[in-house]
Amino acid sequence: MMASSYNAKDEDGHITVTGPGGGTLRSKKPENTAFKQQRLPAWQPILTAGTVLPAFFIIGLIFIPIGIGLYVTSNNIKEFEVDYTGVDMSSPCFNCSQNFSWNSTTPCTCTIPFFLEQPYESNVFMYYGLSNFYQNHRRYVKSRDDSQLNGDMTSLKEPSKECEPYAYHDNKPIAPCGAIANSMFNDTLELFYNDPNGTKVQIPLTNIGIAWWTDKHVKFKNPGVGEANQNLTTAFQGTTKPLNWRRPVYELDAAANNDGFINEDFIVWMRTAALPTFRKLYRIIKSPSNGMMPTMPRGNYTLEVVYITTMSKNLRQNLFNQLNPDYPVRSFEGRKRMILSTISWMGGKNPFLGIAYITVGSVCFFLGVVLLIIHHKCGNRNNSADISN
Amino acid sequence: MGLVASFFGQLCGKEKKPEEERHLRANDRSFNLTYRYANNAIKTSKYNILTFLPRNLFEQFQRLANAYFLFLMILQVIPQVSSLSWFTTAVPLMFVLSITAVKDANDDIKTEKVDFSWNQLADPKFVFHDHSLLETVKQGNPDAQAFFRLLALCHTVMPDEKKEGELYYQAQSPDEGALVTAARNFGFVFRSRTPESITVIEMGKQVIYELLAVLDFNNVRKRMSVIVRSPEGKLTLFCKGADTIIFERLHPSCKKLVEVTNKHLSEYAGEGLRTLALAYKDLDESFMDEWKQRHHEASTALVEREEKLDELYEEIEKDLLLLGATAVEDKLQDGVPQTIEQLAKADIKIWVLTGDKQETAENIGYSCNMLREEMKEIFIVAANTAEGVKEELENARRKMSSSSADKPSVIKARAGLFWLQKTETVQDEKVDGEYGLVINGHSLAFALEKDLQLELLRTACMCQTVICCRVTPLQKAQVVQLVKKYKQAVTLAIGDGANDVSMIKAAHIGVGISGQEGMQAVLSSDFSFAQFRYLQRLLLVHGRWSYLRMCKFLQYFFYKNFTFTFVHFWYAFFCGFSAQTVYDEWFITLYNLMYTALPVLGLSIFDQDVNDRWSFQYPQLYTPGQLNQYFSKKAFVRCMMKSCYSSLILFFIPWAAMHDTVRDDGKDIADYQSFALLAQTCLLIVMSIQLSLDTHYWTAVNQFFVWGSLAGYFAITFTMYSNGMFLIFTSAFPFIGTARNSLNQPNVWLTIFLTSLLCILPVVAFRFILIQLRPTINDKVRHKMRNEALPATTKHVHVRRISTRRSGYAFSHSQGYGDLVTSRKFLLKIPVRTRPALFTETDSPLAQNQPQHYRTITEEPEGSQSP
Repeated sequence: MMASSYNAKDEDGHITVTGPGGGTLRSKKPENTAFKQQRLPAWQPILTAGTVLPAFFIIGLIFIPIGIGLYVTSNNIKEFEVDYTGVDMSSPCFNCSQNFSWNSTTPCTCTIPFFLEQPYESNVFMYYGLSNFYQNHRRYVKSRDDSQLNGDMTSLKEPSKECEPYAYHDNKPIAPCGAIANSMFNDTLELFYNDPNGTKVQIPLTNIGIAWWTDKHVKFKNPGVGEANQNLTTAFQGTTKPLNWRRPVYELDAAANNDGFINEDFIVWMRTAALPTFRKLYRIIKSPSNGMMPTMPRGNYTLEVVYITTMSKNLRQNLFNQLNPDYPVRSFEGRKRMILSTISWMGGKNPFLGIAYITVGSVCFFLGVVLLIIHHKCGNRNNSADISN
Repeated sequence: MGLVASFFGQLCGKEKKPEEERHLRANDRSFNLTYRYANNAIKTSKYNILTFLPRNLFEQFQRLANAYFLFLMILQVIPQVSSLSWFTTAVPLMFVLSITAVKDANDDIKTEKVDFSWNQLADPKFVFHDHSLLETVKQGNPDAQAFFRLLALCHTVMPDEKKEGELYYQAQSPDEGALVTAARNFGFVFRSRTPESITVIEMGKQVIYELLAVLDFNNVRKRMSVIVRSPEGKLTLFCKGADTIIFERLHPSCKKLVEVTNKHLSEYAGEGLRTLALAYKDLDESFMDEWKQRHHEASTALVEREEKLDELYEEIEKDLLLLGATAVEDKLQDGVPQTIEQLAKADIKIWVLTGDKQETAENIGYSCNMLREEMKEIFIVAANTAEGVKEELENARRKMSSSSADKPSVIKARAGLFWLQKTETVQDEKVDGEYGLVINGHSLAFALEKDLQLELLRTACMCQTVICCRVTPLQKAQVVQLVKKYKQAVTLAIGDGANDVSMIKAAHIGVGISGQEGMQAVLSSDFSFAQFRYLQRLLLVHGRWSYLRMCKFLQYFFYKNFTFTFVHFWYAFFCGFSAQTVYDEWFITLYNLMYTALPVLGLSIFDQDVNDRWSFQYPQLYTPGQLNQYFSKKAFVRCMMKSCYSSLILFFIPWAAMHDTVRDDGKDIADYQSFALLAQTCLLIVMSIQLSLDTHYWTAVNQFFVWGSLAGYFAITFTMYSNGMFLIFTSAFPFIGTARNSLNQPNVWLTIFLTSLLCILPVVAFRFILIQLRPTINDKVRHKMRNEALPATTKHVHVRRISTRRSGYAFSHSQGYGDLVTSRKFLLKIPVRTRPALFTETDSPLAQNQPQHYRTITEEPEGSQSP
C-alpha cells in the first residue's frame, strides 16, 4: 500500500496561492518575529509574599524616622501669629475696620501689643495672612494681563479683555489692570520692640528679596525700560491707577529697583494663592550682622497697622462690590493676621508631613504584620491548590 | 440624518429622475457612451482628493465622542461659561481627528488597490506513486481502464490549460476535482472539453469522445451520467452516484459484485469516507437515435420540461453494470478534535450547522469527539410536521430533565446605552449526564417558527452537542440569531463556504476558513485563517489577551480620568465653586494626549497575564471573560471608588502639606501655580505607578513608554515653564519659573512621595490579600508559571475514528453544471479576474476538502479504488 501526498498546504497550514500564470500572491501571514508574534521577552512580576511583605516592612522602617525628623524640624520652627482683623469690640483695630470706607482719605492706625516668649534667631520672616479670601476664584485668577506686567507697551495701552471690568477707567487703560491688582493688599505693618528700659525701637524691615527671582527678573518688567530719558512716570503716561489704589503704580516705592511693576509687594500679591486661607511674605527681619544677638529677643513688641483699605472679604463681594467704588464695603467674614516665623530646610512650620509620615510608616508596619498572618494562615493552602481541569 | 443626507444630495445636484428605459446597442461602446448612463465600474474607495476632508470630517463628527468634544470646544469659546482655554479641548480633538483622518485615508488607498486575484485558487502540485494499481491499469485490465475512463469523462469539471503542460481543473465540488485528478494520475488525463466533445489522453494516446448528452446531477436524482461515443463509434453511458441509487439501477448480473462492493462501501463509510458508486452501460445506435430525438423534444418542451427529462433519464439509466466504488477521505483537518475539546474546556458551547447529510454530519460529529459513545442518548429530530417536531423536542427535554417546566423561564431585562434595549434571556436548565441533539433541516424549519423556537433553544441548550444538518444558509443565520436573542450570548460563527456567509454575518464574530471553497466566507468575516484548529489560538490566546487588554485599558482609562475629575470636585470647595481648575491648562491638554497615552497603549498592545502555552494548558482561563468578570458594572463601581479614594489623597495630602507653608527661603510655595504643579506631578506619578501595577508583562517597550512618559512630562513641563516660552508666548505660558522654584524643595518631593505611596499601598495590600484568600484562576496559573517550566507545545495526534456509521456522499447538494458545460458560454475567453466564483458548495468547516491520501484496495480485482 503506497501513499502519496497531495501538497496543498505548507507545513504550517498556510496556503500558498499560485495563480495560473505561476505568480505567487504575497502571503498575508505576519512575520515570525517576536514583536509580531507577541513573544517579546518580558519581565512578569507578580505579587508574592516574598516581595510584598518585605516592601511593607521596609517602607514602615523608612517612613517612621523620616516622620520623626520632619516633626522635630517643624516643632523647632518658631512662629507667632497676631490676628488684627478687629472683629471684637475690644480689639484695638475695631474702630479702623468698622469706620473705614473706600473714599476715606485719612489713614487709620491701630496698635497691637504682643509678647514673644522665645527669642527668634537668624532671619525672621514677617507674613500677612488672609482668611476666606478667594484669590483662587476662577474669574479672579485670570483677571490680569501678563503681557502688560511684562512691560509690553501695546498691552499697557490696550489691556487684555481678561482684565474686564478693571481694564479701563475714564477711557484710560488701567495699569496694572485686572481684579488681582485692584485688590492689592496695602495695609502697612510696622514692628516696634519695647526695650525693657522703656524705649520703643522700630525694627528695620527689608522689603527686597521677598518675591521669586523669576518673577522679579523675568515675569515682571516695567514698560519702556532701556529707552533713553525714560522714567517710570513718563512710561506710564496715559494710564490710570487701579480704582482702589491710593497711589499710581510708579509711586509704590521710592527705590527705582522696587518701583512700578517690579515692586516686590506687588509681585508677591500677584502670585495668587491656591487656597482661600493663605499667607504672603511681607518683610524680612535680617539677623544682626554680629550674630551674637538674637534677631528678635524675648520681650514685648508692638504691631502698628496703618489701614489704607479693608482687604479681607469674600471674593464674591469683592468682585461685585468693587464694580462701583462708591459702594460702601460692609461686613466680611475674613481674617487678617500678622505672622512672624523662622524657617528650616523644610520651609515653614507645618507638622502635617511629620505626623503623616509617622502614621503611614506605622500603618505600613502594621499592615505588613497583618498580611504576614494572612499569608501564613491561608496563602500556602490556596496557592498550592491544584487547578481543576 | 436621512433628511440631512437628502438635503445634501439636492445641494450637490445629485437628485435625478427615476430612469425608466435605456437605449443600448450591443458592442457599440461609443454609441452607448453618448447617453452618459451610470457605468457599472466597481469603486471600492470612499473618497477622492476633493471630497476627503469634508466627508471624512462629517463622518467623524457622527461619532458621539467627537461631536461631544466639538460641542465642548464651542462652549469653551464662550468666556462666560468656559473654565479652560480653548486649546485644552481643541488640541486633543485636532489630534484625534487628524490621526483618524490619516488612518481613513490610508485604508481608502489600500482598498483601492484591492486585489481580485484570489479567485484562481488554481490546482496545486500533484505527487503520486502507486505501482500495483498503475501496473493493473497499464496491463490493460478493461474494468480498471473503464473505471478511470468513467472518472475522466463523467463530470462537469472545466479544464484550464494556460501553458502547455500546466493543467488546472475547476470543479463544482472538491470531490469531483479529486476524482478527475485521480483519473489523470492513472493515465486518463481529462484534457479539454467543448460542448460536443471531451478530449482525454488515455495512456498517452489522445482520444476524442463525442459528448452526446449530460444527464445532470440534482438533489433528487443523486447521480449524473454522460453519454459518449468513442472514436471507434461505441456508445457508452457512464454513471456515477450515491450507492443506494446506483444499486437500484443495476443489471441483475452484477449481484455478486454488488455484495463485495457493498462490504467495501460500509468499510469506507465507517472510516468517514465519502463514497460513490460507478457504473456504465453500452448503448446501441438505434436506441440512442430514438432517445436523442425524444430528449431533444423534451428539452425544448415548453411545459413540464423537467419532469419529461427526468422520465427520459430514468428510462436510460437502468440495467447498468457496476464498475466499482470510490471513496474520498473526508479527512478532518489537523487538530479538530483537540480544538473542540479545548473549547469545551473553556466552557464554549459548540453547535454544528452543516449542509451535509445527517449521516455525514453524525460521522463528523463522532470523529471530532462532539458526539461520544458514552453519551447517555443522542436525540434525533427528523419529523416532518410542526407537531411532530414539537413532540420530539419535548420528549427529549423530558428525558433529560423530568422536572423541567412546561414554560421556559424567561428573564426580561434592559441593557445597553441608557437601558434602552429590551432583552429576554432564556435560563439554563440543569441536566444530569451528557446528551446530544441532531436535528435536520426540515425539522429545523418548523422548530425555528415563532411558537417553537424557545422549545428548540431550551432543548438544545440542555444538550452538550447540537448538530443541525441539511440546513440552508438562511437557517444557519436564524439559528445564530435565535441564540443571540434569547441567550444574550456572544456568538461566533466559523465556516468556509459561501453558504456560511449569512451565518458569519449574523454572528457577533465571524470567522472564515480560507481553503478550497472560495473566498466569500473569508471576505465577509472578521477573522480568517486556513485551518479550524487555529480557532483555539484565536479564542484562547488572542481573544483572551484582547479581552484582558481591553478591560485593563478601560478600567485604567476610567480610573485616570475619574481621579483627575474628582480632584477638581474637592478643589471646588476651596475655590468658591468657581470651576477653577486644579491643574495647569497645558497639563489638562496633554494629560490624556501625551503623558498617559503611550503607557496605556503599551499595556493594551503587549500585556498578557500568562503566555500562549499556558493559555492552551489551562483553557478554563477563558471562562472569566464569558462571565464578564474583568469589566462589569461591579468592576466599574469598584473603579470609581478607587478613583474617589485616590482623588481624596491626591487633593488633600498636597493641601495639608502646602497649607500655610513656605519655601526654605521663606518665599511663597502655597501659591496657585506651585500647588497646581505639585498636584499634577502627584497625579501623573500615581497614574504611572498604577499602570505599572496593572502591567503584568513588562517588555522593553512598556518600560520605555512608562519611563519615557514620565521623563517627557518633566521635560515638557520645564520647557513650558521656561523663560524662553514665556517671553515668546507671554499669555499662553504664565507658569514661568514654577517648576524651578518648587521642584527644588524637599517638602514638595516628600509630599509627592507620600501621596503616591498612600494611593498605591491599599491597592497592593488589597490585591495581595485577594491572591492569598481568593486566588482567581489567573493568579493560580501565574503562580504555577513562576515555579514550573513552560508546558510543551501539544502535538496533534491523529485519532483514528472507529465507527460503524455509513456515509454516502460526494456530490454537491445543488444542481450541477451540466447545462453550463454543454452550452457554449464557457468557451468565451473570460478574463480570470472577473470569473465568477464557481465553488459555492460547502461541507462541514471541520472537513478538509483536500483529499490527502490515495490508497488502493489490492484485493479488489475490478480496480475499485478509493482516492
